[in-house]
Amino acid sequence: MGGIKVFGHPASTATRRVLIALYEKNVDFEFVHVELKDGEHKKEPYILRNPFGKVPAFEDGDFKIFESRAITQYIAHEFSDKGNNLLSTGKDMAIIAMGIEIESHEFDPVGSKLVWEQVLKPLYGMTTDKTVVEEEEAKLAKVLDVYEHRLGESKYLAADHFTLVDLHTIPVIQYLLGTPTKKLFDERTHVSAWVADITSRPSAQKVL
Amino acid sequence: MATIKVHGVPMSTATMRVLAALYEKDLQFELIPVDMRAGAHKQEPYLSLNPFGQIPALEDGDLSLFESRAITQYIAEEYSEKGEKLLCPGCKKVKATTNVWIQVEGQQFDPNASKLAFERVFKGMFGMTTDPAAVQELEGKLQKVLDIYEARLSKSEFLACDCFTLADLHHLPAIHYLMGTDSKVLFDSRPKVSEWVKKITARPAWAKVIDLQKQ
Repeated sequence: MGGIKVFGHPASTATRRVLIALYEKNVDFEFVHVELKDGEHKKEPYILRNPFGKVPAFEDGDFKIFESRAITQYIAHEFSDKGNNLLSTGKDMAIIAMGIEIESHEFDPVGSKLVWEQVLKPLYGMTTDKTVVEEEEAKLAKVLDVYEHRLGESKYLAADHFTLVDLHTIPVIQYLLGTPTKKLFDERTHVSAWVADITSRPSAQKVL
Repeated sequence: MATIKVHGVPMSTATMRVLAALYEKDLQFELIPVDMRAGAHKQEPYLSLNPFGQIPALEDGDLSLFESRAITQYIAEEYSEKGEKLLCPGCKKVKATTNVWIQVEGQQFDPNASKLAFERVFKGMFGMTTDPAAVQELEGKLQKVLDIYEARLSKSEFLACDCFTLADLHHLPAIHYLMGTDSKVLFDSRPKVSEWVKKITARPAWAKVIDLQKQ
């Protein structure tokens, strides 16, 4: 049994997305560190695992894939009988599919830009652009209004139990809670409670 | 008995994505137009179908969905026995590979291709001016993605496996628009990509989507 390997960086939101899923499922794996600052992800051999030169990449024995949300879905299905259930059944799977798209296209682009401006740029000696932060926070507020409404009707985003849809948001949320953007989460009752819940899961704590 | 309703317009790339899947599956549906110019998509009652105020939305009996790529996946799985197969038959690993390329279209291809289609096609329709600097930047990014597609299609007949799947279908609307512009050279200049574009755009289901635009 070749086993599971994750190739990535411990600080990368996409890598963390995969790690959280593995922890939720209680699946053993080996973590292979990719040194981003040396450009390792843009060169061979890494680039053979992910031609887009991004982390993470994943292997399960001979089977190799990339794109964090494809990986988490693989993990959730392949190990459906292990650890915590991250999916739904029947037609409810369509709600999960919808939630995965929403996080991908509405939440993550905005959330990731805010993480870049406020967390990563300072680490690289660059200056946060306050105009961009303001613009992106305005967009995030609109997304969180939708989430607030949804969480008033449903315990978690896609079901009454924790699923991949909630999981996918955790890495970006964790970073934003350490910035002034935290206020956008705090000032929405249902979102605030949901954030406290999902970020206190043992799997979420393990990636910090 | 049309239990399936699609709220959208034939010109919208995301609506076209859903229509393509419905035609591939030979499903009866009703297309309910949304008056975008009047801002109907940003108001009730549409907002209760899609709180993000975007088209399309789909209703199938009691189930209400939005996000075109979630809708196509629902169609492909719920009606897996009807019409064309849109997911590779086989084990979970094949399904996971399909999912990789579905993500690639959503995360790597579409952000650039959609913006490029907006610059080259939609801005003109809305009386705005194409920004040549934006076109150049977007084409630069899209070329890098298409280089990766070229390598992939040298090893696999379609993106995910050797059969046509949602991973290919999702590209059709943006490709359709870009092939009517000078950006077509990006596709034509890559042999495997060019061959793949010809194959997927020649599908009868896709022709039906284009026909709807003409009505």
